[in-house]
Amino acid sequence: MTPPVLVLAIGNPSRGDDALGPAFAQHLESTFAKEIAEGRLEVLTDFQLNVEHALDLLGRRQVLFVDADARGAAPLAFTPVTARADPSFTSHALSPSAVLEAFTRVEARPPPPAFQLAIRGERFELGEGLTPQAAAALGQARRFFDDWWKGVEGMARHEA
Amino acid sequence: MTPTLETAAKPEGLRRIAIDPLSRVEGHGKVTILLDDQQRVHQVRLHIVEFRGFERFIQGRPYWEVPVMVQRLCGICPVSHHLAAAKALDLVVGARQLTPTADRVRRLMHYGQILQSHALHFFHLASPDLLFGFGSDPSKRNVVGVVAAQPELARQGVLLRKFGQEVIRVTAGKRVHGTGAVPGGVNKHVTRAERDALKSALPQVLEWARSGVQLVSRLHLANRQRFDAFGAAPSNLLSLVGENGALELYDGTLRARDADGKILFDGLDCQQYRSRIEEEVKSWSYMKFPYLAALGPQAGWYKVGPLARVQNCDGISTPMAEDERVAFRKAFDGAITHAPLAYHWARLIELLHAAELIARLLDDDALSEGALTSSGPRRGEGVGVIEAPRGTLIHHYRVAPDDLVTMCNLIVSTTHNNTAMNEVIREVARTELDGREPTEGLLNHVEVAIRAFDPCLSCATHALGQMPLVIDVLDSQGALVHRLKRDPP
Repeated sequence: MTPPVLVLAIGNPSRGDDALGPAFAQHLESTFAKEIAEGRLEVLTDFQLNVEHALDLLGRRQVLFVDADARGAAPLAFTPVTARADPSFTSHALSPSAVLEAFTRVEARPPPPAFQLAIRGERFELGEGLTPQAAAALGQARRFFDDWWKGVEGMARHEA
Repeated sequence: MTPTLETAAKPEGLRRIAIDPLSRVEGHGKVTILLDDQQRVHQVRLHIVEFRGFERFIQGRPYWEVPVMVQRLCGICPVSHHLAAAKALDLVVGARQLTPTADRVRRLMHYGQILQSHALHFFHLASPDLLFGFGSDPSKRNVVGVVAAQPELARQGVLLRKFGQEVIRVTAGKRVHGTGAVPGGVNKHVTRAERDALKSALPQVLEWARSGVQLVSRLHLANRQRFDAFGAAPSNLLSLVGENGALELYDGTLRARDADGKILFDGLDCQQYRSRIEEEVKSWSYMKFPYLAALGPQAGWYKVGPLARVQNCDGISTPMAEDERVAFRKAFDGAITHAPLAYHWARLIELLHAAELIARLLDDDALSEGALTSSGPRRGEGVGVIEAPRGTLIHHYRVAPDDLVTMCNLIVSTTHNNTAMNEVIREVARTELDGREPTEGLLNHVEVAIRAFDPCLSCATHALGQMPLVIDVLDSQGALVHRLKRDPP
């Protein structure tokens, strides 16, 4: 059975703060190993979003996109995502909104509720590690997720 | 007009148009065009604006890490880097002959990558231009417009991508950051259950692949005069070929032809690539300009990728793709075509070939049983050459006795095509832009020509919030006189 909650973490582990997404995914895979093993949570990571990721949204109750953000609010921003064919729709790297739009077009129905956790990054050079600011923001993102997950699980119990 | 259009005789006082970034192209590149007051074109350049330092990233690492680490060079074709690195390092660990299992698993992985990459390019990035016209309403000239006009086509693109990714997952272990290929072989079999699951999707995949070729050939032939002439810049061709000169995507020897199809060299052992290929550096681009050494930089530049491969080979080993190749060559009366838009046709022939090869391999039990690796006397150096979706990809390493990489040289597909892309956009500027007031539709013609090569200018980083789509026209003093914006679809 498809796990109801999908975390889709995006980024290149060897590109400085672009590694925020993969590092966040790695944290979830170890800290939430039980939830993953029980099929309540799935964590996927990729370099960048593309059209086929729309099919990863099938059968989900909630989706969380996690990515580094070069210009957004520090240390992080959590926002709902709606389907929209923004300019990324015509590129090799889609935005979360464009992935939802692809889902809508391919499946001819609305996508599952989706959110974006954007973690502020500073430097994106090949071969560099996380900056201290990004590492601190990652810590806050982990704590944020812990609270968010409690809410998700609470809602699931309530609905059951 | 400056004849070559590479460098204006007197750049001072000319208007400058920058198309930055290029859309529907991977990575960060830009085109600059210098115009005088009568809109005559004096200079056109495709710039790669980021120094990537790939070689420095690899040097100093243990060789066994390299096939995994090189995937981080490019978020678009990581599998190609993974396999090219593994092939080079096979020689370092003395594996001159892979086991049948390793050969089949790697090939399956590679054909999955070719299929999914070609599907994305045609169904989502190129088809809007081909279906709606290069200068059509930009609000419709995108994949959303394709979905509205031909919903099934866009859906097929997504599902073909997904199939290719699934092939990669079962062979590489994961969809991304795969570890399947290791120096000397592979680290896992493909199970019979995985093969059966992939086989169940094959009839549909083959059908979509075949109808894709037929669609693109119809589009080309329906616009014959326009498509044949648009941006055509004769050049040499370079690719791997297999036994009997057959189309070969994974392993073979290097063959080059001149612009008329005469073979310049053939059967070149990939370890000897440096005896035939040299690279030129230009002050205005971070990307080098390779050329065939015997002809020099002026006459020795060449094309790689689907258009080069389909015309460089003598045949294709799978029946449906071979039929399409024969039809393609017949359409051009057996002559070599240099039309950039013919890349799309050739690309879809290769997509069909990849689907047929996947079908053939899934029946091969060597995928599921047999030795995974081989080895032999250690060597200090190895070259791995593969035909990546966009063209010939060369990885060259030297490894010290302490296992650390001391030298790394990569020539990626888009670098091979650097001069070709520059020459093609200059031809487009001569024929489409010269003397005319630039508009978004006209400038899209330049992008259409570049997109035909499906270039990957990837820096493999994307981060949110870095996607402006603006074309600025500056006067001779550098002041903004006009801004052309692509509105979101």
